[in-house]
Amino acid sequence: MTDSYLMRNLRAVRGRAYPRLIGSTREPSWFVFDVILPLFTIAGYAYVYKFLDARAELIGYVVLGGAMTAFWLNILWSMASQLYWEKEIGNLPLYLMAPISRMSILAGMAVGGLFETTIQAAMTLAIGAIAFNVVFSLASPVMLLVVFVVTMIALYGMGMMFASLYLLLGREAYHLSALMMEPVYFASGFYFPVRHLGFWAAAGASVIPITLGLDALRQIIFPEGIAEDAFLPLNTEIALLSGLCVVFMVLSRYALRYMEYLGKTTGRLTLRWQ
Amino acid sequence: MQPAVETQSLTRVFRPKRKKEGSIVTALDSVDLRINKGELFGVLGPNGAGKTTLLKILSTLLLPTSGKAYVAGFDVEKDLLDVRKRINMVSGGEISGYGLLTVRENLWMFSQFYGIKSKEANARIEELLGRFGLTEKAKEKVRTLSTGQRQKMNVIRGFVTNPEIVFLDEPTLGLDVNAARAVRDFIVDWIRSDRSRTVLLTTHYMMEADELCDRIAIIDDGKILACDTPSNLKRMVKMNTTLTLSVAGLNEIAGFDTIQGLNSYSQTKDVESSTTKLRFVLEDESCVSDIVSKVVAEGSKIMSLQKTEPTLEDVFIKLVGRGLE
Ligand SMILES: Nc1ncnc2c1ncn2[C@@H]1O[C@H](COP(=O)(O)OP(=O)(O)O)[C@@H](O)[C@H]1O
Ligand SMILES: [Mg+2]
Repeated sequence: MTDSYLMRNLRAVRGRAYPRLIGSTREPSWFVFDVILPLFTIAGYAYVYKFLDARAELIGYVVLGGAMTAFWLNILWSMASQLYWEKEIGNLPLYLMAPISRMSILAGMAVGGLFETTIQAAMTLAIGAIAFNVVFSLASPVMLLVVFVVTMIALYGMGMMFASLYLLLGREAYHLSALMMEPVYFASGFYFPVRHLGFWAAAGASVIPITLGLDALRQIIFPEGIAEDAFLPLNTEIALLSGLCVVFMVLSRYALRYMEYLGKTTGRLTLRWQ
Repeated sequence: MQPAVETQSLTRVFRPKRKKEGSIVTALDSVDLRINKGELFGVLGPNGAGKTTLLKILSTLLLPTSGKAYVAGFDVEKDLLDVRKRINMVSGGEISGYGLLTVRENLWMFSQFYGIKSKEANARIEELLGRFGLTEKAKEKVRTLSTGQRQKMNVIRGFVTNPEIVFLDEPTLGLDVNAARAVRDFIVDWIRSDRSRTVLLTTHYMMEADELCDRIAIIDDGKILACDTPSNLKRMVKMNTTLTLSVAGLNEIAGFDTIQGLNSYSQTKDVESSTTKLRFVLEDESCVSDIVSKVVAEGSKIMSLQKTEPTLEDVFIKLVGRGLE
């Protein structure tokens, strides 16, 4: 019927990513919600820093951090609730029945979400940078790419883990997302360098991959702020982020298995579909 | 020959989450089935009989509490990938897919989970859309489809992966007559065109089971009560076939008594339409031609002729003691 298991899974990832890839072209309202709205928060912080005569790079941090909130929102409101939502609309049994790794389905969702969100974040970043005269240093594009990639793998790995957990929590999980939104904006240092929270608080917040990712990105594109604002040395942050990638991938795989096992035992995961 | 599906004392029990919330349900109770390759096999039973539970176990979505189930010779608990590669499932009232995708895109997406090359998948999708008269809808969003069109799309989703064994869980549930007919015709054509294909279909429509299935298992309360061809099942009810003729221009006739295989007969005159209704209870159906020749020989004109046979409903009532809704 087909070629290898690997090819089948790659096709599955692409197949599941497709609705996301095509989605943004079909419902253009996202431009207002996901690109324009974050700019208001960015502007708010930027003005505060301006009035306080803060260092120029602080405004740069805010623009970058504000743009990156898109990823956290995508994790909380889309990735995390994805499986629950698939169950509600009746797709989950079809995914579970397919001859592929369940991770491919989650990876497809992640790739699609990541692609869509990267476009949004890039637009927010571009508009914010122009509006507030932010100057980026693009001295090490390779490093920039490496940091972005490991951050995203770790972050979406976390999102994939949430997806299974939320499925088990059901409707209640919604509150969890609400609970994790603003506090993480603060703890991960979306609008200020996380180092100023103090070492232990920053270290705790580093469980969320975007904390270290954001700090590392800032070190690369605003090198003038490293002395004052960098939390850990860049290489250490990259190493830790790589560790988080592994941890979250393993955990999400485990959570997914547990979820499936529970579903097959209780019969509740496929109940909608009758 | 290796059966397409085999279950051995398959049992599934559902326990409530907490003791207070309802009782323990035995959805399947020691089910033994053997479905051959090439068969269109029906599972007929009322709501709550355990039909969906059976299909969920066979499609690897649910674990049995005890007993064994094999699909294409593979254990549904252990050989997950081997089973999954060979099967697909379509349910009645299914609402799968994404509203923002078109019909074609949704079908393509689901085909990708089976690793079918896009080109090949699209060719098959085109062909099946044509088969169901949905070509015009290919570029429409799924949410614009009617119930019948939607279910046709679901059926295409299930068959586009070229499965060896297809599970259909009440596939015509809630469909109008034409859509149901299209789905049924498709199922029959599909299985007849390749003897290595197998369909396991559940239904609570008697006519559907009778018309489509090579063999039928009657299930109630998790138990298989009977399993045979539709005609053998009907033979179980010791109910005779009756022949009812409506004839014009008939005076008294006698002499039916001499016809072999006739159990009894009666006649009633309908004054209004000036016809006579003759009712024959047959012991052996071969006497139908004798009866008809005799009536014609008497110079009467047959206005209508109706043969009444036992239905699966009668079989069900005999087995369960109540009707099938
Ligand atoms: N996940 C579940 N949890 C508890 N009970 C269930 C579950 N799924 C099915 N049942 C029960 O098992 C019995 C059989 O259900 P089902 O297989 O859906 O029947 P059918 O498909 O023939 O209508 C019913 O009594 C139903 O309530
Ligand atoms: Mg059912």
